[in-house]
This record gives sequence, structure tokens and C-alpha cells, in this order.
Amino acid sequence: MKIMFILIGSSFVLAIGFLIAFIWMVKNGQIDDDYTPSVRMLFDDGTVKKQDEEKV
Amino acid sequence: MIETLNKNTKTTCYHCGDFCAEETLVLNDKTFCCNGCKNVFMLLSENNLTSYYSIEKNPGKSLKQSIGNKYAYLDDTNIQSKLISYIDHKVARLQFQIPNIHCSSCIYLLENLYKINNAVVGVRVNFLKKTANIVYDVNKMSLRQLVELLASIGYEPSFTMNDINQEKPKNINRKLLFQIGVAGFCFGNIMMISFPEYFGLDNTTRHYLSSAFGYINLALSIPVFFYSGQDYLISAYKGLRKKLITIDVPLALGLVVLFVRNFYEILTRTGLGYCDTLAGLVFFLLIGKWFQQKTYDSLSFERDYKSYFPISVIKINADNQTTTVAIDKLKIGDRILIRNNEIIPADSILLKGKANIDFSFVSGEKEPIAKELGEIIFAGGKQTNGNIELEVKKLTEQSYLTQLWNNDIFAKDNASKVETFQTKVSKYFTVALLAIAISSAIYWAVYDSSKIIGAFTAVLIIACPCALALSSPFALGNAMRNLGRKKFYLKSANVVENIANMDTIVFDKTGTITQSNESQIEFIGNPLTQLQKELIFSVTQNSIHPLSKQIAQHLNISSAIILNSFDEITGKGIKANVGGNDVEVGSAKFLNILENESNALNTRIYIKINRENVGCFVIKHAYRTGLKQVINQLATQFKLHLLSGDNEQEKTFLQTVFPTSSELLFKQNPADKLMYINTLQGNQQKVIMVGDGLNDAGALKTANVGISLSEDTSSFSPSSDVIMDAANFELLPKYLQYCKNTMKVIYVSFCLSLLYNIIGLSYAVSGTLSPVIAAILMPISSVTVIGFTSISTYLLARKMK
Repeated sequence: MKIMFILIGSSFVLAIGFLIAFIWMVKNGQIDDDYTPSVRMLFDDGTVKKQDEEKV
Repeated sequence: MIETLNKNTKTTCYHCGDFCAEETLVLNDKTFCCNGCKNVFMLLSENNLTSYYSIEKNPGKSLKQSIGNKYAYLDDTNIQSKLISYIDHKVARLQFQIPNIHCSSCIYLLENLYKINNAVVGVRVNFLKKTANIVYDVNKMSLRQLVELLASIGYEPSFTMNDINQEKPKNINRKLLFQIGVAGFCFGNIMMISFPEYFGLDNTTRHYLSSAFGYINLALSIPVFFYSGQDYLISAYKGLRKKLITIDVPLALGLVVLFVRNFYEILTRTGLGYCDTLAGLVFFLLIGKWFQQKTYDSLSFERDYKSYFPISVIKINADNQTTTVAIDKLKIGDRILIRNNEIIPADSILLKGKANIDFSFVSGEKEPIAKELGEIIFAGGKQTNGNIELEVKKLTEQSYLTQLWNNDIFAKDNASKVETFQTKVSKYFTVALLAIAISSAIYWAVYDSSKIIGAFTAVLIIACPCALALSSPFALGNAMRNLGRKKFYLKSANVVENIANMDTIVFDKTGTITQSNESQIEFIGNPLTQLQKELIFSVTQNSIHPLSKQIAQHLNISSAIILNSFDEITGKGIKANVGGNDVEVGSAKFLNILENESNALNTRIYIKINRENVGCFVIKHAYRTGLKQVINQLATQFKLHLLSGDNEQEKTFLQTVFPTSSELLFKQNPADKLMYINTLQGNQQKVIMVGDGLNDAGALKTANVGISLSEDTSSFSPSSDVIMDAANFELLPKYLQYCKNTMKVIYVSFCLSLLYNIIGLSYAVSGTLSPVIAAILMPISSVTVIGFTSISTYLLARKMK
């Protein structure tokens, strides 16, 4: 049964890791703007540029 | 390559999507409505940024206004230092408010600004707040050049007096999120550890694990109680000191009892404790709080006159040189230059130029007012006729208009105007709860004294009004989001409840029930010849009737012909002889003309020249579409009033629109409006004020609920509880009805949560509440209430179309 304590201990370490990640994320302001990044990631400079050069 | 097309073809601008009305410019098979738009396109294509146009269709904004010297004031180091948030010898960083940010293309273009000008180091757009954080190289570019660059591509930052006078808003409060994080973490882990107990352990493992699990649970519940739950404890304590019983009191009571009992049971090994219930309770409550805290970042509900005035003005020095000064640096006696479409920043005297001031936003008068040299012009008006020179007589903050803000109403914070349903209920709830707890304790004192503490604490734990505390935040939060989707933006979720309690609506006229653009005049009949125009002008110019004045203004002719005779019959029309021609102007009845179509929303003025009918002028009252239906629907539930800053010219028409019981008042100044609302409230009426301009600011603030209508939600609107898109004026009765329905949802969900409480109490009073039952009941009741409120508010919102 002692294995239980090791398991619980390691699960805590893991969970605390996630908690720290969460706090870090909030502090960093990553959830202040939940819209702009979703648009920003779709801008792809390289490929769009090529198409435009052909057009112009 | 560039040519101008005929204007008859209806082409739209590739850049801004407007119809090309005046001219059409063509470049690379693309059409543009003006040089501004075309230049932006050229600039973007030179810099390989044309994907701007592929992300959204016609993403630009029309650029018909030129920039000129507009931003000269940004060279002033004093103003610069107030705008820039960080500067060193290399770069400066600052945040702009850019109202024109409206689509994905905007983000793309602004964030790629460095490709157009390499002095820009980086741009970060926050779409929801409509802000751009810009870092630029101070050695390569000045602040003014940066702003001019932004303006030249159509993203003009907006600067107001507020930006330099007020402190930047504090950092966003993230404490709630941390609290939720901690509570969620502890809740999850406590659940995991408690589960084996609930499913049953055999004796040997129990011996091993049980006490260890108990201690871990206790350790986890400490941060939940002292950190995540602290706001409830503090607010209950504060409330009790003020002798107020809010919903936080029974909540805090439940939390404290849970916490203490956990410690007792686990340390004495008499039970398992209710750690999971405690953590779950706090977690759900915080989620509810977070849900209710939705705000519309890009809208501002707290604006005063400071955000209406520009931040600077052109001052003319003694040597006739002009400099730009900040408005708060203006002194009495300064000479200032106001250009077309600029706002007069302070009460001043006209020295030079033709002043034609539009006060519609300030006083509600819809016609621009011409001012003579030497006349005083009040701050807030907008010059509409070329440049004028003024001498400042009073400082901005002491001017006629801004004095309104010295009224007490702007000083006090009247956040909690009405007692909420939740507060009302929680009083009775707390009393009943304590009564049940005490009587069950007394009962057990008589029959089985070992169960006294157990039953007493179990009642307080199980009846902890978690579901009750969640029903309001979720219903109101949902309602607020649903209304926001229909462009009815609330300052906070509690406004929904306030609206549901109202019984009186006061409307402003100009800009609220009328469209802010001027009323339109149209001539129906064969096109008038120049002579006919001159004849009509000469007659109407001599009349003081507002309609004649409007016609004269519409014809816009400089020379009048001398009249031989002039006879005006009040309320009917004019008969006159002009240079040998008989001219009659008036209603159809007056001129004996048969009217084939009648339209209550238009006024028709017929013209006869030499006894021949030449046609009629149609003056469209620029009332909002659906006004009559809106008023009719509202009249069934509300008392209606109208306060207008304008003259009584349209009184007769408005009487046909409003029910006979409503009060219609004209020539009301801003202070009158404020007083009127106060009087109504003195008669125990609960008032919604619907207004738009600065002149309504006092009334909007005094009213129980202030709704400000705005043609463009990103532009200025006075401080209010609700900002509403003027285009959706027709939906007003539905919005109000939706708020009332939301309250009904809260009542039902309150009954639901009571039902769960009764079930739980039946276990608690009998002294048989096991941790398992508590751990099941609490989340189930919360989830039911959340589910019920979310679904029903959503379904109700679908009816609102």
C-alpha cells in the first residue's frame, strides 16, 4: 500500500505544476485578450505575399 | 493608368466599400472612391501588404478628410509625456485607442506597420479593446509622424482631454482568476482523494490511508478557505457591521461551519469531513462571480465631458503666430482658431469669421445657429462654416455646459440604487435557515444530545445557498451576453435586474427618436427653374415660420427679389406677389390642391406660382424607423415622457405618436432634464432615461437606468448604464421585455434551488447527513441551476428578433 503514497505524491507534483502554469499564464496576460491571437495566427506572410506579387 | 469614370455607374470602392458617388478612380482594375483610399491601396501594394484586402472584403474606412496640421499639438513635449508610457533614448512605447479597428484585416495591417515604415518597431493590437500598443524608434520618427502615418492609412487614433488628464486605468484585477485556479486545483485533488472512501475501503487499507487522506484534505482546504473564499467572508463581515444581510452571510456561515467541522472531525478521527463540499462550493461560487463580470472593453460607460473635448486647440499669439496648446492650459483672454468641424472648447466670444454652430449634441437643437461678431458661443458646439477666431471667456471646466458636471449627482457613486432580488430573499433565507438550525438543535437536545452539534452544523452546511447564489449571476450574466449580441451593451449584469423594475421611460428627442443627421427636404414636381427658385426663396425668406426657413435654407440662393405684397396666414401659408408673379406657399388645403398620398411622417408644402401648381417640398422628419410601433408597445407597460431641447415646432406631430397621457416638454436645458427626472423619482417612479447627447448626461446619470443611444458605439456617448446601437432602436421594447423575462427565470431557478435545500435539510435535521450526500447534492443543485438559467435565457433570447 505504500505505493499509494508515492503515486499520490507524484500526482500532486504534476497537479501543482499545472497550477503554477495557470498562474504564470494569467500573470503574463495571456488570457486578457482572447480574440486577437486567434486571428493573428492565421496571418501567414510568406505564401500570401507570393500570390500578391503575381497579381500586381 | 488612372482615369475618372462617369459617376452614373454604381461602383463601390475597393478599399472602403462605399459607393463611389463623386468620382471614381481606377488603378489596377480596382475602383476607389477618393484619392485617400487609392493612396492607401498604393501604399499597401508597394509594401506587399495587399493581403489586407484578401482577409476581409473592403476592410478600409473612407479617407475623405485631409490631415493637414491637425496633429501639430503632438510636437508639444508636455502632451507627449502624458501619452507615452515608456521612453528611453532609443524607443518609445505607447497605447493608442483606435476606434476604426473593426475587422481582422485591421489587425493584419496594423501589426505589419513596420513594413511600411521601418521606424515602427512593433505593434500589438487588442481587438476587443480597440487598442494598439506601438513601439517606435524615437530617432527615426516623431510621435506626430507616427500618428499621421496611422491616420493616413485610415486608423486615426482618438485623443481626448481624458487621455492626458486622467491616470491610466489600473492593471486588470486578476485576483479572481488566481482564486479560481487555486480553488479548482484543491477541489480536483480533494475529490480524487475522497473518492476511495466513498466507494468503501476494506479495514486494512482504511487503517493505512484514511487518516493520511484526511490530513491531505485538510491541508488542501486551508487555501480554499483563506484565499479563494476570503471575499465572501470579508463581504459578509462588512455587511453585518452595516447591519445588512446579503447573500454572503449564509454563504460565509456555511463556509465557516464546514471548515471548523472538517477540522474537528478529521483531527478527532470521528468522521471524514466535508472538505470536497467546501472546495466545490467555493469553486462554483467563484465561477459564477467570474461569469457575471463580463465587461465590454471597447465601450466606455463612464465618460464625461472630458472625453468629448479634443485635447488641444490652436492658439493665436500676440504676434499672430499660431501655436498648439492643450485645452487645460487655455487662459481667459486667449485668442483661439477653430476650423470647420471642430468643437468649441470653452465659452468664448466671436472675433472673426462666420460662425454657424451646431449645438445638436449639446442642447438638442437640431438647426445650426448663426452667431454674430461679439456674441458669446458656448463650449461644446461644433463650427460648421469655415474658420473662426474666438476669445476665451471662461475655462473649459467652468463653462456653461460643463457646469452640469458640478452637480452632486456626478460626485456620488450610486451603484446600488435598487435592492436586488437576491438581497431581499437572503434576509428571509438567513432567518429561516437559523430558525431551522436552532429548532433542530433544540429537538435533539431533548431526544438525543449526542446529535445536537451534528444536526445544527449539518443544517448550516447543506442549506448553504450555493445554487441560490449562482442563479442570479448566471441568469444575469447570460442575459447580458445575449443582449450584447443584439448590440444592447450593459455596463454590468445587475442592470438587467434594474431594467426589469422600471415603470417610466423618458425620451430625449434630437438624436434619440430622431436621426442625428439633419431632416431632409426634397422637391417633388418638375425641376424648378432658376427664376422659380428665386421667387420661392424671396417669399419663404421673409417668413419666420420654421418650415419656410428650412425651405429658404434648402434653396440656398444669395439674391432675393423685392416683394410687392406679402400676406402670411398663421398656420396655413403665405400669399405674396413677387415682381409681378403671384406666389402661394402652404398646405394642400390652403392652396386647394387634392393630396393623393398622405404620410404622417412627412410634411408637404405646396407651391403655386401664378395659380399653377408647380409641386411640393417634402420635409421628412428624420424620425427613427418604427418609432410609432416602439412607442405603442412601450405605452402598454410604461409611462412615457419626452424631453426635448428643441423648440415646439414638432409638438403636434409628436402628440400623434405619443399616447395622450404622456408629458411632452420642449426647450429643456440640461439642468431642466436632470431636475425633471428627479421630480419623477420623487413621485416614486422608477425611471429609464433614453438619450444620446451631452445635454442628456445629467438626466442619464440621475435616472435609475440611463440608456444612451449611439450611431457608432465606438464614438463618444455620455456616461450611462447601457449603450445601445441606434440602428436597433426598433428592438427597444424587446430588450426591456427580455430583461423582465430574465427575472422570471431567476425566480424559477430560485424555487429549484429551494427544492434541493429542502431535500438536503430533511437529511440534515434527522442528523444523518453523510459527506457523500453533501458531496452529491451540492454540485447537482448547482449544475441544475446553471443549466436551467443558461438554457432558458438562451431560448428567450432567440425570441428577441
